[in-house]
Amino acid sequence: MDIAAQSIEGGFADPVFNAQTVFRAVMEAMARPGSVQLLPTLARPPAPLSPTAGAVALALCDNDTPLWLDPALHASAAVISWLGFHTGAPLANTPADAHFAFVATPAEMMALDGFSQGTQDYPDRSTTLILQVGDLASGPPLLLEGPGIETSATIAPARMPRHFIEQWKQNAKRFPRGVDIILAAADGIACLPRTTRIKTMEA
Amino acid sequence: MTAQSTDIATYNFAYLDEQTKRMIRRAILKGIAIPGYQVPFASREMPMPYGWGTGGVQVTASIIGPDDVLKVIDQGADDTTNAVSIRAFFKKVANVAVTTETAKATIIQTRHRIPEHPLTAGQVLVYQVPIPEPLRFLEPRETETRKMHALEEYGLMHVKLYEDIAKHGRIATTYAYPVKVEGRYVMDPSPTPKFDNPKMHRSPALQLFGAGREKRIYAVPPFTDVVSLDFEDHPFEIQTFDQPCALCGAENVYLDEVILDDHGGHMFVCSDTDYCEKRREEGHRGHLAPETDLASEKLEPAQ
Amino acid sequence: MYVAVKGGEAAIANAHCLLADRRRGDRSVPALRLDQIVEQLALGVDRVMSEGSLYDRELAALAIAQARGDMIEAIFLVRAYRTTLPRFGYTNPIDTGTMLVERRVSATYKDLPGGQLLGPTFDYTHRLLDPELAAGADVAEPLRRETEAQAMPRVSAILAREGLIEPDGEMPQDHVPGDITREPLEFPMARDIRLQALSRGDEGFLLALGYSTQRGYARNHPFVGEIRIGGVELELDVPELPFAVPLGTVRVTECQMVNQFKGSAKAPPQFTRGYGLVFGQSERKAMAMALCDRALRASELGEDIVAAAQDEEFVISHSDNVQATGFVEHLKLPHYVDFQAELDLVRRMRAEYEARENPAKAEEKKEAAE
Repeated sequence: MDIAAQSIEGGFADPVFNAQTVFRAVMEAMARPGSVQLLPTLARPPAPLSPTAGAVALALCDNDTPLWLDPALHASAAVISWLGFHTGAPLANTPADAHFAFVATPAEMMALDGFSQGTQDYPDRSTTLILQVGDLASGPPLLLEGPGIETSATIAPARMPRHFIEQWKQNAKRFPRGVDIILAAADGIACLPRTTRIKTMEA
Repeated sequence: MTAQSTDIATYNFAYLDEQTKRMIRRAILKGIAIPGYQVPFASREMPMPYGWGTGGVQVTASIIGPDDVLKVIDQGADDTTNAVSIRAFFKKVANVAVTTETAKATIIQTRHRIPEHPLTAGQVLVYQVPIPEPLRFLEPRETETRKMHALEEYGLMHVKLYEDIAKHGRIATTYAYPVKVEGRYVMDPSPTPKFDNPKMHRSPALQLFGAGREKRIYAVPPFTDVVSLDFEDHPFEIQTFDQPCALCGAENVYLDEVILDDHGGHMFVCSDTDYCEKRREEGHRGHLAPETDLASEKLEPAQ
Repeated sequence: MYVAVKGGEAAIANAHCLLADRRRGDRSVPALRLDQIVEQLALGVDRVMSEGSLYDRELAALAIAQARGDMIEAIFLVRAYRTTLPRFGYTNPIDTGTMLVERRVSATYKDLPGGQLLGPTFDYTHRLLDPELAAGADVAEPLRRETEAQAMPRVSAILAREGLIEPDGEMPQDHVPGDITREPLEFPMARDIRLQALSRGDEGFLLALGYSTQRGYARNHPFVGEIRIGGVELELDVPELPFAVPLGTVRVTECQMVNQFKGSAKAPPQFTRGYGLVFGQSERKAMAMALCDRALRASELGEDIVAAAQDEEFVISHSDNVQATGFVEHLKLPHYVDFQAELDLVRRMRAEYEARENPAKAEEKKEAAE
């Protein structure tokens, strides 16, 4: 299939209700860090953008939200053209200009502090990262605490960024500035807002 | 060109266009990630006046889906006119199921009260907020209050509360009583009576706040610390009522004073009408409860 | 026996039914048609379009009829409709220099290229109620220009040739004009944003503020360089096409205020500008807007901020009449939960006060109560 055809297909079948379904899953996940919100396959973007990450893009991105794509995604003209066609979102010049960053290979990604952290006055103006992780159960377990969590919660996302626990600690130190993360697995999502603390279980 | 009725008035699901919903949804996510911080958003004109719940309506319209069950209360009651009006709006533009039962609702939009029935995980409480800035009455300038939040400089608020104590012997703030969220942001809980403040602390429900005219959205995630500001020698305390609800006999709930005649006769009844009805259905009776059964009471009086 | 009030829904429906009845009034009087409002209450329609930020005469007329002539309610109706409309794009800036002018007056020059053109104005009418109008008398046809219209350069351009007026406001090269209907306001704001807010601001509020500057609350020595009213072309750039697509003509009122300025650390002595532009014909609004715009440029020009009209956050936060009316009128919504909390506090404080001031009386009262 050529890029033109690929870029037109694979959007939401029902834009209004599918967007609402995806948003509610993200909202629940952001409000209850560590909880996994299951999502049916609602979008079929060209690889290597995953269906879950693609659905998040369709639900949240538009021409007001510059996007940054990691090298794996940026290398795919089909991905760029699909995102452009369905969301209208421009590509950010630098990671620090991005409202959303899509990362297909988190294990190779740049440091979290390279993205927009927001300002002390406007901490909301920070990048939200969408990391495509293999799943949320087979990686090293992360013990989570913080707002949205009654006592503690555990997720075990596979293929996370290098030195993630240390980087996340640094992210927390910048509070109220900092990035927020949406983990996009094959069948669902989980979130790590900047307020979530990771208690180390394993190195 | 003539304006024909067919040209106008075809609206999207839940009234807002999709781009507006996305913008509000992004603000909600940032609000959840930074508890108590007021996220600016490009509030839209809604088909009801600013100050009448446009912020709450925009938040509800952005999160609501066909599976939701909506409850709308104003002053704790489902049948106050503005609550009726907002509920009717969502019935019309989103065709969602509505309820008056707190436990059955997935989204509860409220003005000035938190329901008495404990909220549960999975529920979303949407507050209508008139003035989201807790420091506004101390400092009218947004440019200044934004700096105070950035620097976590809340001395002014403590000075105000302390002046109250010096002047009146107590903190004279009875509603919209400021809280600190997760030890960082001082937040306005909307003009709920301070009686309701403790319900916000570590609530299992997600709490979203929408201020339409002031163009701010903020949030308190579930299980988040919400602490009312106070002093060691003047700890925060809620109002207490000397008598139980006259209709259902409930204690430790917030009561409305109802004037019965012009000779000073009055009674106190639950402000949360659903809570009161549920208790009466269960057989609880206050000292002024009618003897008749509830069915006849539900009849509408003459307009 | 107390019975909780129910039936808000029926009450609302009945109230709306009554409203519709009163709106229609005496059924033996013919109902107003929208074209009558458009044609005969045109300045009211213009105000609704201007402060409603939507250029559509018929919808504005409908709003006026629906609002029973309540202008702020009509503006609100138009805004609430406008907000749901999809955006196709932003037109190119209009060029008022090429306006098809219907009225143009300058207070700074006796005569100037293009001349003074009174046009359809209330100026110099004697404000005597007209019984003939009440009787529905026929109206004479106006005179029409027989020669080709002369070019009418803007007065500010004439002054600029001498270098005596500051240049027209320039924004940085990469500045993208804001849109107050799509982005939340932020203070301090750029002038483009401020002008948008002023253009949809309440006429009465801006009039009062402009007036206050004339009476010495931040006086800035204004002269009406020029007021012009007429039609301007709207054009839209479409990426696929090599030329701008004409969309039609809108009628606007533009006021360029020329203000004396002694100079500051930042700028040499010269004239400065205050700018007003509104949809339709509304000199009062355009002039008030220009006065406010100039006053709000205080910090840009290094002037002391001493008066309300210069205070950007104060002016812009309170200029929107849809916001203002909503919040003022929301006070009629039930507030009894909060009032109960206050009542309780005042009762307690009152009891303490009485016990303190007059212990015997307080004791008496307490006994009587018991």
